[in-house]
Amino acid sequence: MNVVTRPDADATALARPPVPPPYGMLAELTHRCPLQCPYCSNPVELDRRNVELDTETWLRVFTQAAKLGVLQVHLSGGEPTARRDLEEMIRHCVKVGLYTNLITAGVGVTAERLQSISDAGVDHVQLSFQGADAMMTDHVSNFRGAHERKLAVAREVRRLGLPLTINSVVHRANIHQIPDFIELALSLDAKRIEIAHSQYYGWALRNRAALMPTREQVFWALEIVEKAREKLKGRLTIDAVVPDYYAKYPKPCMNGWGRQSLNVTPSGKVLPCHAAETIPNLDFWNVRDHALDDIWQDSPAFNAFRGTDWMPPLCQTCERKEIDWGGCRCQAMAIAGDAAETDPACHKSPLHGHLLALAEEDAATGEETFDYRRFLTPDRRV
Amino acid sequence: MAAQLAPAGVPRLARGVRLRHDEARGQWVLLAPERVLHPDPVAVEILKRVDGERSIDAIIDELITAFAVERERVAQDVDAFLANLATKGMVEVA
Repeated sequence: MNVVTRPDADATALARPPVPPPYGMLAELTHRCPLQCPYCSNPVELDRRNVELDTETWLRVFTQAAKLGVLQVHLSGGEPTARRDLEEMIRHCVKVGLYTNLITAGVGVTAERLQSISDAGVDHVQLSFQGADAMMTDHVSNFRGAHERKLAVAREVRRLGLPLTINSVVHRANIHQIPDFIELALSLDAKRIEIAHSQYYGWALRNRAALMPTREQVFWALEIVEKAREKLKGRLTIDAVVPDYYAKYPKPCMNGWGRQSLNVTPSGKVLPCHAAETIPNLDFWNVRDHALDDIWQDSPAFNAFRGTDWMPPLCQTCERKEIDWGGCRCQAMAIAGDAAETDPACHKSPLHGHLLALAEEDAATGEETFDYRRFLTPDRRV
Repeated sequence: MAAQLAPAGVPRLARGVRLRHDEARGQWVLLAPERVLHPDPVAVEILKRVDGERSIDAIIDELITAFAVERERVAQDVDAFLANLATKGMVEVA
């Protein structure tokens, strides 16, 4: 399921064979968000409102996405409900056959708004919880009262009959709450929970000392999740995103660069993954200038690490090269200083020991202060 | 084997589950939260008839007529398939 195998490249062919179409598209409608999570997946340099794509452009992008072969669109941000034209976008997605998944923080979303989003035809709602209780959620998101508001949104989503997923990002400050997150999901009648370990790019990399769990915590968490999965089979689906600093094999990031999904930023740049802008000198094309199909097929950024030709010898000769896809390019950039290197999370990487040492060092700091996500530069609009 | 679902029951896809033809790849897909399922041809024929109006019995009748197959076999397949999706919360039977 959900696996695309790419035919072997014909060495004699002059033209590149057409790239199989993507299944999913992450639409980051805005970077605006009332919360300030220290591991936010948005870039450190956030797009301001005045550079956001307008409604018409987004509708065009959704039409092009459906035609290209995208099946599911993830409407995200920032906080996607900050866009007043969200319902218009959902209606359009439904019209062109796209499955819509709303990824919200659930703060500032009234019951009336949810009704209107539901009426527009949204298929699925993912709601984030930064903690399993009010004290933790409010602390991590730096927003007093966030937890209570999220609970109200969760109940309203279920009252409307929409399927609900709880998204929880775990790190050293809240990893002990994993059993409570699972209880929370059950109590809110969610059918699915994502337990994602913080991934260290952008904001999370800045906050790594305060976020990195210890090795003991990570292995405890893996065990808890595995047991809960078994026990709750048929009641709650648990999808986990693993913490790769302590791993043996790297994560097959995006299931291969430019292979199954794409990401459109608030200002229209199309990225192979949401962190791709941490890699310098990649040429990202913009939906304002190019059709989505052309970007997927031909943009330099998508072709930079597509397939296996770009891989260093260590990956080229590895039997797992089409399982791990060389791991994560952004992590290779962040740790090895070269995006075309083997992901240091791989045990074969010469930097694997270094990565582990970084993790253990950070986990031992006892750092508790977060550098919260925010717009770093003053708004220059006049 | 006894049927798991009442033959008079009317199945429909749960909210958040959609069957559609994927033009780009020339195949049918069942879309669910963070899942893309590829139903086999038999499953597709059943799912196309899960519309919140036809009963399980009516779906079976149609399949027999359309594909000239014996009733008992079809009834078993339909029941097993829909019961499995009902367990996963992807189909609701009223």
